[in-house]
Amino acid sequence: MKYVYFPGCSLKSSGMQYEKSLLSVFKKLNVTVEEIEDWNCCGATNYMSINETYAIGITARNLALAEKQGGDEIIAPCAACYMGLLKTQNYVSSDPEIRQNVCKELTKTGLSCQFKIKIRHPLDLLVNIIGIDAIKNAVTNPLKGLKVANYYGCQLIRPISTFDDVYNPQTMDKIAKALGAQTIDWPLKTRCCSGSMTSTMPDIGARMNFEILKDAKSRGAEVVLTACPLCQFNLECFQGKISRQFRENIKMPVMYFTQLMGIAFGIKEKELGLHQMLSPALELSL
Amino acid sequence: MKSNTNDLLTRGLEIKLEADLDKDFGKKIAKIAHGEKLFGCIQCGNCSAACPLSVWMDYTPRKIIAMVRAGFRDEVLSNRTIWLCASCYQCTVECPKGIKITDVMYALKREAIVNKIYPKNFPVPILAKAFFNEVKRTGRINEATLLLSYYWRYNIFKMLSYSTLGLKLFLKGRLSIFERGMKNKRDFKKLLHEEA
Ligand code: SF4
Ligand code: SF4
Repeated sequence: MKYVYFPGCSLKSSGMQYEKSLLSVFKKLNVTVEEIEDWNCCGATNYMSINETYAIGITARNLALAEKQGGDEIIAPCAACYMGLLKTQNYVSSDPEIRQNVCKELTKTGLSCQFKIKIRHPLDLLVNIIGIDAIKNAVTNPLKGLKVANYYGCQLIRPISTFDDVYNPQTMDKIAKALGAQTIDWPLKTRCCSGSMTSTMPDIGARMNFEILKDAKSRGAEVVLTACPLCQFNLECFQGKISRQFRENIKMPVMYFTQLMGIAFGIKEKELGLHQMLSPALELSL
Repeated sequence: MKSNTNDLLTRGLEIKLEADLDKDFGKKIAKIAHGEKLFGCIQCGNCSAACPLSVWMDYTPRKIIAMVRAGFRDEVLSNRTIWLCASCYQCTVECPKGIKITDVMYALKREAIVNKIYPKNFPVPILAKAFFNEVKRTGRINEATLLLSYYWRYNIFKMLSYSTLGLKLFLKGRLSIFERGMKNKRDFKKLLHEEA
């Protein structure tokens, strides 16, 4: 099985700790991935808001590049990229007119596409293919009952995604438990983090993220885990603003699930990007 | 109590004669949103109840569906509501009639952009357009240049409130001022019907 990897823009900039920790964890578990050569932005929600044809076209290019590279499956760690790729594949396979148009456009750029490649999120790969046992076996530094709130957010698990439950997803919880942690049950695990509204409508964004963090905290969580660069960014980087706005100290480590895996696997801080966090994530690794 | 009820009934909705409605609007939106089921809406309100943004919206998702179906074209397209939708798909998951409400919201945003009747100087469409153009230009997003071009169009002074966060991220190596664009921009631009 050849896995090709679609990092998306965030994993190369503000979410680079996700890429670092993901690749380190993959290495530890002997999963080899190859980055898609010359990939482009998936368009996130913005391309769909402005032009559907372009949104599908540019995402289809990534699918075509992945197939050209001989990939059997695409690994897409960003929830928005993952959803965008799935959505594009759904469109082309269910609507012959769209498919024909997309193929015509791709041909102009010397690419062709079968649209058969499977799109997978790392959570799906780790839990359902690599398996919980392999993860347990790699643990050298068990997390001894650390209380974890697993935050899945929105696009990762609904409505096209098929690997986890829409209402009460479990994949991240299974991983956290395999690392020796305890997981808390909370209804807001699938609540939207407001996406880019933290920039455009800062007061609304702050309110939505405040509710999520506060609820996790009041249920005793010591750390919030995420599986999407935008969720992670929103929940981590605006804690100062949120604390000021709601006059409540909301300090909480928010990290990628792969960073916590890395800590339990005994991987060095730098390889997990822990030194690049704004929240006090490092303390957890001590 | 009475005046309250009246307020609720008329808030934002001018009295409109049936002849002024755009009768084909619903069909058009259903077509571009791949959502012919739209006409099966039973107005149960599950979508609005599930939507985490509906408390800030003028028209909730349920109302939007009703208005689209009835042909309140201009009211829907020029409203801030559709831009408050964060595409979280919660409504879509909850709708008992299988209506793809999120896709309807997307279709409405596109219609508003095409017809140039989105609310002016409202930050969400400004960011969407800045994002759109950034990708067109370089093929990938660089967060620093994206935010610059967004604040440039929206309100350059607002950027100051983010400068501390920006600086922190920069010092942590998480924000780059260099573009890491793609190589084959020529082919990429063809997909956007643009000359390279
Ligand atoms: S949930 Fe579906 S059926 Fe119910 S009001 Fe919303 S769109 Fe209509
Ligand atoms: S997709 Fe939009 S309308 Fe639907 S629940 Fe989410 S924010 Fe609300």
